[in-house]
Amino acid sequence: MLLFLGKRLLQLVPTLFFVSLIIFSLQQLLPGDPALAMAGEERDPAVLEQIRRQYRLDQPLYVQYVYWVGGVLSGNLGESMRLKEPVLTLITQKFPVTLQLALMAIVISLLIGVSAGVISAVKKDTPVDYAVNLVALWGISTPNFWLGIMLIFLFAVYLGWLPASGYVGPFEDFWLSLKTTILPAFVLGNSFAAVLMRHTRSAMLQAMSSDYVRTARAKGLAERKVVLKHAMRNALTPVVTLGALELGTLLSGAVLTEQVFSIPGFGKLIVDSVFNRDYAVVQGVTLVTASTYILLNLLADIAYVFINPRLRS
Amino acid sequence: MAVSGTFDLELAEESPGARAWRRLVKRRGAMLGLGIIFVFVMLALLAPLIAPYDPIQQSWSTIRKPPSLQHWFGTDESGRDLLSRVIFGARASLLAGVVSISIALGLGVPIGLLAGYAGKWTDALISRITDAMLACPFLILAIALAAFLGPSLQNAMIAIGVTATPIFIRLTRGQVLAVKVEDYVEAARAVGNPPTRVAYRHILPNILPALIVQATISVATAIIAEASLSFLGLGQQPPAPSWGSMLNTAQRFLTNAPWMAIWPGLAIFLIVLSFNMVGDGLRDALDPRER
Repeated sequence: MLLFLGKRLLQLVPTLFFVSLIIFSLQQLLPGDPALAMAGEERDPAVLEQIRRQYRLDQPLYVQYVYWVGGVLSGNLGESMRLKEPVLTLITQKFPVTLQLALMAIVISLLIGVSAGVISAVKKDTPVDYAVNLVALWGISTPNFWLGIMLIFLFAVYLGWLPASGYVGPFEDFWLSLKTTILPAFVLGNSFAAVLMRHTRSAMLQAMSSDYVRTARAKGLAERKVVLKHAMRNALTPVVTLGALELGTLLSGAVLTEQVFSIPGFGKLIVDSVFNRDYAVVQGVTLVTASTYILLNLLADIAYVFINPRLRS
Repeated sequence: MAVSGTFDLELAEESPGARAWRRLVKRRGAMLGLGIIFVFVMLALLAPLIAPYDPIQQSWSTIRKPPSLQHWFGTDESGRDLLSRVIFGARASLLAGVVSISIALGLGVPIGLLAGYAGKWTDALISRITDAMLACPFLILAIALAAFLGPSLQNAMIAIGVTATPIFIRLTRGQVLAVKVEDYVEAARAVGNPPTRVAYRHILPNILPALIVQATISVATAIIAEASLSFLGLGQQPPAPSWGSMLNTAQRFLTNAPWMAIWPGLAIFLIVLSFNMVGDGLRDALDPRER
């Protein structure tokens, strides 16, 4: 186990190095003089000179990269041109909002995806199975920003049950927070639920045809117990880890969901920064998102080995 | 016996493409998907002939009119006909889907072939870069790329294509590793074929099925990505119609003109659903275990 952990951690080094290289290179895509692009509307030569000095644009690329990575490693992701605040401060302010949304989305998608997957496997080749599969296909194919807009129309404009947009933190007013986040969380969890449903269904079908389930049935156990205690418990192990690998999709989805519902999270930060040409923030958010995703992948791998006794040795 | 013998002979003579097609036509979902894609392709190609109005022609007398006999899908905030805009919008979406995945295939397949075939440090280097690109969530990397390249449909397609490339590098590499130890590849190498010829003439045709399935599903992802970028203002620029940017505008008029949000969303959903259904069907039809 320790050897596996060591190896896995060692593999992270080149991946993180190349991630940093890719994100640093984004700056080179700016057409023309990067200082001019970064300055936005500003054309004052003194300001341009300051930008060149601040980002070391007058120095060779590798020097710029070394300084940038050095800054990142010491927690300095640069400064927002627009808000005049350190990028890291902005990210730490917005991250809890997206985290709340993502956690709620995960709970919703686990509830819908896993139960639908189990029912679909148990009722294989029946109308229920076909219906669940159709719903999953619908979930995968629906753009979440469209679903968000349609749900705002139904629940906020037409029925008036929920607010159309905005955000209230859970520590300010718990119920209002729930009211402002339930729709976006459902929208965010929708396609994730569909993916989980597909994984659960195939894992359950495999488990249901295994020897231990046949033995459990032969012992005369009730079907409910066979499904819930024997098949489902084994089937969920790969589902949980596969689910963790899909979390990157959830982070991508948050960008659009936060935009539709005007939620001041991580996703909205990157979009606002894009339009304000706040490139340091775009780079910072991309870097933090990629690192979070790499960390989640690592945790998923460890969890998989930890849960599966056959791999532990 | 004679009947079975003839049947076997016919099957043996059938080309892989014909066999895959025979299996695909049996799948109703995939055929329905193909039908819908065909309709959208026709709409995109014949848009100037089919669309009842000019998609960018504004009319102050028809602002935000609900669906009627004159305007089947209603009109938008500038009085433009929504049906015409949805029809013309198919061009941007299909173009983005096909062009960006062609970019991804064009870059990913040769790099994947190189990684899988050359092995050693070339493979190690390419694989680490691929891992790094896959570590960046798809849409966030596409947004970052599109942001730095500048907002336009062309740049959105490049951003989506580049972001989708690592999927094809990894898939191609994996397939090459599985195929390159086969006898026919060894034989092709033994008779003195240069590596490029072995890779393109002997390996590539055998890994095509997996690439076709992935490309079909990726077109669906690319169409959603283009719509997402356009929704955020990073794709097709107004007044040119795009389903994503139409939805962005529609959100502001949800209370007064909800129909503005229905049609472009439904169009994205239908085309993405179709590509997913065809992808699922192709996966089954091209699966060698189903022979």
